[in-house]
Amino acid sequence: MTFLYLFLEFFKTGLFSVGGGLATIPFLQELAVNENYGWFSLDQLSDMIAVSESTPGPIGVNMATYAGYNAGFQISGIGTGILGGIVATLGIVCPAIIIICIISKFLEKFRDNKFVNYAFYGIRPAVAGLITGAMASVFVSAVFILGETGAISGVNLVASAAFVVLTALCAIFKKLHPIVFIALGALVGIIFGL
Amino acid sequence: MKLLFQLFFAFFRIGALTFGGGYAMLPMFKKELVEKHGWCTEEDILDYYAIAQCTPGVIAVNTASFIGFKKKGVVGAIFSTLGVVAPSILIITVIAAFINHFADNQYVAHAFAGIRVAVCALVSVTIFGLLKKNVKDILTALLAIAAFVVTYFFGLSPIIAVFVAATAGIIASVIREKNRNSAEKEGKK
Repeated sequence: MTFLYLFLEFFKTGLFSVGGGLATIPFLQELAVNENYGWFSLDQLSDMIAVSESTPGPIGVNMATYAGYNAGFQISGIGTGILGGIVATLGIVCPAIIIICIISKFLEKFRDNKFVNYAFYGIRPAVAGLITGAMASVFVSAVFILGETGAISGVNLVASAAFVVLTALCAIFKKLHPIVFIALGALVGIIFGL
Repeated sequence: MKLLFQLFFAFFRIGALTFGGGYAMLPMFKKELVEKHGWCTEEDILDYYAIAQCTPGVIAVNTASFIGFKKKGVVGAIFSTLGVVAPSILIITVIAAFINHFADNQYVAHAFAGIRVAVCALVSVTIFGLLKKNVKDILTALLAIAAFVVTYFFGLSPIIAVFVAATAGIIASVIREKNRNSAEKEGKK
């Protein structure tokens, strides 16, 4: 029964969290304080967010797997934990698959429509701007030193230098796989204790 | 069948090698989907991002479903999505089961600070390319800047930005078309 509820709760989360992985957090918070389930606590949720951000993969999916594992683990250990992780993950991706397949069908039909193309002419530069904004918040936390209130209190010189060098390398060696630069970044982080 | 496995493994690699949210996947999508397999263009990916911003679900999963559906229908969408989530299931399960306080580990924290810098560098280069391609005139330049400012500084929902940009694109193009038509008529007279 728990697995059915897990699937449904994460299906709901997938259905209502619009705009990417971090949008799932309010829904998970609700699950954490829900007395009917007791799948995980708010403290565990903040661990989940930290782990999701420090492992590969989409954050929303990582959090679903982690939360599902914790919920399943309470039934009878690791075995049900693994199952819980899989069930929760499938739950969170199901609505997206269904909705996107429907939209794709429409998009194929209207691809050559003049107005659809006009709309995308405006949308594309805006999306580039949106991505810049999303990256800017990460850039600030990566390169600046933040005070307790979140205000910028200084510049991390090593991180800034690493950013300049890595950006130059990315621009020059465009043919290399992005993972090369990510590994390089991890190495720099460990060596210089960023 | 072969294409289904190609889809699965391409998205498996994307899922396994991306750190961070949807925006951090952009360089990886470009490498795997545009350069390596030629399944779509860079513009397509931007369109998928725009739609993913306005529809429920994780952006990476939405994009995977789009490409999978385009190549092989509903089954393709399912294979691509399973590919993108499989690494998460494997890695997170191992961490949840065996590694306590993974995120508190000092080396993980240092490595991750470095990875964040590298992701910023990669995404900056990708964004530069995207802007160069899609900012064609004053209107598109304004839309790019406005989208950045309203979401980053004012915390406006990206959905609103996408809809306003779509409306602006349609209105501007219609006006331009009218002007062109009337100019042609003038010419004929």
